[in-house]
Amino acid sequence: MKSHQGLLPFLSFLFTAAGLFLVSSCGNQGSTTQQQGALGNDAASQVYVAPGEYDEFYAFMSGGFSGQIGVHGLPSGRLFKVIPVFSVDAEKGYGFNEETKPMLNTSHGFVPWDDSHHPELSQTNGETDGRWIFINGNNTPRIARIDLTTFETAEIIEIPNSGGNHSSPFTTENTEYIVAGTRFSVPVPQSDVAINSYAETFNGMLTYVSVGDEGEMDIAFQILLPAFDYDLAHSGKGKSHGWTFFTTYNTEQKNTLLEVTASQNDKDFIAAINWKKAEEYIQQGKFKEMPANWAHNVYNEKTHTATSTMKKKVKVLTPEDCPGLVYFLPTPKSPHGVDVDPTGEYIVGNGKLSADLTVHSFTKMIAAIEAGSFETTVAGIPVLKFEDVVAGVVKDAGLGPLHTEFDGKGNAYTSFFITSEVVKWKVGTWEVLDKASTFYSIGHLMIPGGDSKKPDGKYLVALNKITKDRYLPTGPELCHSAQLYDISGDKMKLLLDFPTIGEPHYAQGISADKIVPNVKKFYPLEENEHPYRTMGEKDTRVERDGKNVHIYMTSIRSHFAPDNIEGVKVGDKVYLHLTNLEQDWDVPHGLAVMGANTGELLVMPGQTETMVWEPKSEGVIPFYCTDFCSALHQEMQGYIRVSPRSSNIALKWSLGEEEPVQ
Amino acid sequence: MILAALGLLTLFLFPMWRITLIAPQYPDGVTMHIWINKIGGETASTIQNINILNHYVGMKYIDQESIPELKYFPYIVIGMVVFGLIAAATNKKGLFLIWGIVMVLLAIAGIYDFYLWEYDYGHNLSDTAPIKVPGASFQPPLIGSKLILNFTAKSYPHISGYIAGLSILLAFSAWWLKSKFNKKHEKIAATDSIGDGNARRLSTVA
Repeated sequence: MKSHQGLLPFLSFLFTAAGLFLVSSCGNQGSTTQQQGALGNDAASQVYVAPGEYDEFYAFMSGGFSGQIGVHGLPSGRLFKVIPVFSVDAEKGYGFNEETKPMLNTSHGFVPWDDSHHPELSQTNGETDGRWIFINGNNTPRIARIDLTTFETAEIIEIPNSGGNHSSPFTTENTEYIVAGTRFSVPVPQSDVAINSYAETFNGMLTYVSVGDEGEMDIAFQILLPAFDYDLAHSGKGKSHGWTFFTTYNTEQKNTLLEVTASQNDKDFIAAINWKKAEEYIQQGKFKEMPANWAHNVYNEKTHTATSTMKKKVKVLTPEDCPGLVYFLPTPKSPHGVDVDPTGEYIVGNGKLSADLTVHSFTKMIAAIEAGSFETTVAGIPVLKFEDVVAGVVKDAGLGPLHTEFDGKGNAYTSFFITSEVVKWKVGTWEVLDKASTFYSIGHLMIPGGDSKKPDGKYLVALNKITKDRYLPTGPELCHSAQLYDISGDKMKLLLDFPTIGEPHYAQGISADKIVPNVKKFYPLEENEHPYRTMGEKDTRVERDGKNVHIYMTSIRSHFAPDNIEGVKVGDKVYLHLTNLEQDWDVPHGLAVMGANTGELLVMPGQTETMVWEPKSEGVIPFYCTDFCSALHQEMQGYIRVSPRSSNIALKWSLGEEEPVQ
Repeated sequence: MILAALGLLTLFLFPMWRITLIAPQYPDGVTMHIWINKIGGETASTIQNINILNHYVGMKYIDQESIPELKYFPYIVIGMVVFGLIAAATNKKGLFLIWGIVMVLLAIAGIYDFYLWEYDYGHNLSDTAPIKVPGASFQPPLIGSKLILNFTAKSYPHISGYIAGLSILLAFSAWWLKSKFNKKHEKIAATDSIGDGNARRLSTVA
């Protein structure tokens, strides 16, 4: 309890500071609104994207606890699509139709939800390339890859030996790897041990996921580390290409009341991983193959179907066996984000319980390693001396620094959670240049390409956790928000403030030019390899296999074929395989069946999707198209007759008895 | 005359006519291509998309199998290529003129036939059409632009149509050059000036 008392003055200072700020910000509300009003016309013209015009940038905002990704345009802030990733989405049938259920399979079975934090665009030569965007699942450790030609989730890989995939999925310069560090250390392998044996029996694990030319992910290797919390990461670029930096907290190795117990050490570590060295050790066979259990789920764009494969092994490197693989850089006060500047020289440790920012030098780090100048070793890992690696400190910039991005013009922008502000500072001189308030409680911030070698330093987006009085109230639960700043001049200028889905935890932005030319308009029907596809209306049919009834159905404006089906019985398991025969842009058809215990189907042109429906009572059940497709959308409907189990009515299907099917 | 004859072969390489439908919700337009031997479109799915639009007002499905002209027109074109090459080889100006006149007649016949098809598609509507517009016709323009309900329909020759037109012009030019050369030849029987030689050669090539 002694240690608690020691910390109390500091904590109370934090809370007082936060409380004062909230009070003062409420008081200032009127004047800030007036200020914005004065800027109003100017700002409005900067974010106005005329009807029919395109935004300059895509912004991919994580949905946080929604598990999804929101696709917005900048500077307008308009929301274009919510991409289902880790959570089921009844609107799109994701996780409800038979084709996408395997995407959410894990070693724990079907998990219908996750907490998606950090979207990360693929990179080539350290620049965003618009091929894919990756995102971590925080709760049941996973990484997803979204294909940016279709804006659909193409792959999900589970991370074994991890207890919370937070420091993920930050990429290397050419997307050789994306990383996954465990936030919560756990027994590795999992076992039934006393929780308070944490320091002795738990471990942290960092994972390198390789990414192939077609985006295919695999677990290349894992690195077994001491039981700390591995919080965030960024890989080096340019001169520091070949390294990844992970922040840690709880180097105290405590397992209860972490808000106090894990905030005791004056300095925690940034773990610097030499992944090129790791590749050498893997080549040399210096790994242990550990049994593991993880799911690898892949969506095939030709069969329009996902498959889930369980993998049973993983290669693990331990620092004791692999000298030169891991070094610790002491960094003050539970560093949260770790961000590498566009040159690759500076590594910013955002010490979240501090007022200062610590910036390490990559060159100095390498020199210290070569000189063998170590303060101590922890679990066989050399700890470098703080004064040997530190390049500079940004002093008294604000309170609670979390994340830093760069504008490519020699400036850095850091979010300060406790004081709700963005602070602009100069890389190299460490002087504070400007401050801008956020409304309220900023977490991450984002500049398009702001964590790459080539930032597009025109806009900055603040991603806020709390909105309080910013919008029309919607009961106890309020939206989170994003705020857009113009950073093209010396002073940051607030332009726009817009709500997002879930929690906009982190975001990535990219020039629309890198994506728009590659976006697909529909799936060519002749490439459809779904085992239950129907290539034309003449192939539509209904087949019975015991209690399973397979309906091979098609949709085209404005009818289903067949649309009258008889011979289905109570207790049957009915598979409605709907192929959308349309071959034009923006003509999906939906399918809803009265009483089906599942979501709708929403089938893109050229695609096949399957709904399972188990009728429980006799009657005539209507079905219809849910996506307004045409002038005769409302006529796009049909009936399925459900007869008693004992009935001997034959299967019968038809479309337009008076007129032959075209 | 050789170019005129061979120019007709482009009818097998490129569409000769196109009809484009434009409406706000079709930002790229829907463009149908008419070839000498088939009906196509800018994309593989264009005809399906036009048929989907047409069925609302009860127009017949466009199916190239049901248009016999597409079967026998190619033979006429090949016949005209052979005829043109014979004309070039024999180098008779009378044949050049006949070839040109036959081509003009064929073109008029072809365009009249095209009009009849357009009329049929535009007027011969199904009794069970979901959308009936009293007195309306959906016939696209023979050539030019016309508003049909919410669509602007534009009908113009396309690459090989223009080249075929050029072939006819070339045939008449060949006939004219040849006539000019023969006249001069009669006047100055002994000399064969360079310019006259060019005209003669040009008429054969053209």
